Amino acid sequence: MNSDHHIILRAVSKMLIPLIILYAFYVQFHGDFGPGGGFQAGIIIAVGIILYALIFGVPAAMRAVPPVFTRSLAAVGVIIYAGVGFWALFSGGNFLEYQALFHEPPGEHHGQHIGIMVIEIGVLCGVAGAMLTIFYAFAGRVAEIRDKDW
Amino acid sequence: MIDLLLNSAPAWALTHAAPLMIMVPLMLGAILALVPSGRIAWIVSIVATLSSFLLSLILLGIVQTNGTGIVSYAIGNWAPPLGIELRVDALNAMILLLVASIGLLASIFSWPTVESEVRKEKTSLFYSAFLLCFGGLCGVAITGDAFNLFVFLEVSSISTYVLVALGAGRDRRALPAAFNYLIMGTIGATFFIIGVGFLYAATGTLNMADIAEKLPAVSGSRTVQAGFAFIVVGLGLKAAMWPLHQWLPNAYSYGPSFVSMFLSATTTKVALYALIRFLFSVFGPEFSFEIASFTYLFMPLGIAAMVACSFQAVFQNDVRRVLAYSSVAQVGYMILGLSLGTADGLSAGLFYLLNHAMIKGTLFMAVAGVVLTYKGTTIRDFAGLGRSAPWTMTAFAIAALSLIGMPLTAGFQSKLQLGYALFEHGWWWAVLLVVFSSALAVIYMGRILEAVFFQPPANPRKTRKEAPIVMLVPLWVMALANIYFGITTKLPLDLARDAAAAVFGMGAGR
Repeated sequence: MNSDHHIILRAVSKMLIPLIILYAFYVQFHGDFGPGGGFQAGIIIAVGIILYALIFGVPAAMRAVPPVFTRSLAAVGVIIYAGVGFWALFSGGNFLEYQALFHEPPGEHHGQHIGIMVIEIGVLCGVAGAMLTIFYAFAGRVAEIRDKDW
Repeated sequence: MIDLLLNSAPAWALTHAAPLMIMVPLMLGAILALVPSGRIAWIVSIVATLSSFLLSLILLGIVQTNGTGIVSYAIGNWAPPLGIELRVDALNAMILLLVASIGLLASIFSWPTVESEVRKEKTSLFYSAFLLCFGGLCGVAITGDAFNLFVFLEVSSISTYVLVALGAGRDRRALPAAFNYLIMGTIGATFFIIGVGFLYAATGTLNMADIAEKLPAVSGSRTVQAGFAFIVVGLGLKAAMWPLHQWLPNAYSYGPSFVSMFLSATTTKVALYALIRFLFSVFGPEFSFEIASFTYLFMPLGIAAMVACSFQAVFQNDVRRVLAYSSVAQVGYMILGLSLGTADGLSAGLFYLLNHAMIKGTLFMAVAGVVLTYKGTTIRDFAGLGRSAPWTMTAFAIAALSLIGMPLTAGFQSKLQLGYALFEHGWWWAVLLVVFSSALAVIYMGRILEAVFFQPPANPRKTRKEAPIVMLVPLWVMALANIYFGITTKLPLDLARDAAAAVFGMGAGR
């Protein structure tokens, strides 16, 4: 990994990656008031890590964010999403009925607010995990026949 | 039995049966992705499919007894035309019961074959994908929302591509087969969603019942007709309607044998259900362009599938390819039934669908048993198996006779009903073609049966080796069901008739 001519890329991306992740969370939590939400935020987080993998190499990225973790993250995202649905069921409402989450009367909106927030976190986990898993699957693929053997 | 279940089920199961039916497998599927042990995954998948099976019985019971014949469930308690609605009537209650019972039997029988064909570290992910596929198929069958149907179609299809590709451990050709299936399936789904987009543009709603209400006012518009064409092509691709079936033979013959068994009995059936739903509930036979499509599109294509693919099946050397081509041919019979455009024709098609799922499920299960113990799937490999694996092969023979249409088997009854419906419509020449195609089935199944029972084994040192008991029990349940429903057709025929009646907007005819 002796590639000094990448020094600018390395320095710049080291500065950018935290900002990208931060921006992802901005998009995530600003989703109620403006454009954005879990899907976009998940993609942006994945992009930050993919940038890291492009600059510092896939093995380094896999040490930082292991493939097992990304795969589990995708599953956890689905579990969070479906879990809110079951939570609403156990609270006596219909499936995914946010109003029922905290047994609120019709005027109150905490359930609506928190419900969609948790759902979006699930989407964030699911999308980020799935994107990274797909990236690792392509980037980490070992050719069965080495190129020079062709 | 359904009454007993309805009386003993807790209240929450009765009110929330519809979402639980799809969400329990989907949730457990996601959890299984985190579980390392394959054996636990197997047990969890049995639990999930069992719960869906019980819930599908409950839904069927409610639909049959509640008077309106419809179970409607508003997700998130948003009222239906705007919110997503799960809507069960006699048609999809029947399909749900079919998918859930096949899913249950398939997951019970799966363990030995999955263990031997899928790599160890992948087994729990395999079951996770299976449950997603199962949940997606139930979702397609249960939803009342056209866009939601697309989403579930993709959930089930994408996990299906994964399942087929996992056959690469046994045969590398599974990978191109899965890729081919992915491309074709995605094109199909895209066409479907374009069609739904056109309908949305014309009617401004995505709820299927609501679209059906608003369509007659705009039925003359090109938008609606283009939407109809796109939906028919898209779902036709998914249902392997001839000549859009090219993905099917490879996907069935190179996937893991458990997967070909599950897919052959469910996926094309569910896609066909979606097609029927759009042809008869959303659009309706009263639209002139639909009548034209029945006469000039579905009927010729159904007949072409019946004849052409039966011929192709005759010339295959791999048992699973024979069965795969025969599946396309059988889809042709169902398409022919529904192309009559009458309640009789539709109920004959649906009855055929039920019986065929049972027949193909049995055949592929038996093949999976052979793959487990003897590895090979060519007809030569099957030679002499009648002596070394009598139980597996007897079940295979029962299902094969049922596929041909021997009296006293389910296959005979379904061809009989189809014949009645065709005669009533005056299409006696189509009956002749059905008989001709069945004669071809005698040839292609006969080749296999001849090898199994009358030829000496290819390798005489092969000793008596039966499939394990976990596989034999579901296999024989299905084989005996073939005989049972060949003698008393009341249960499936009533289901099919109620379904057709519900679609045509008449009261359940009992």
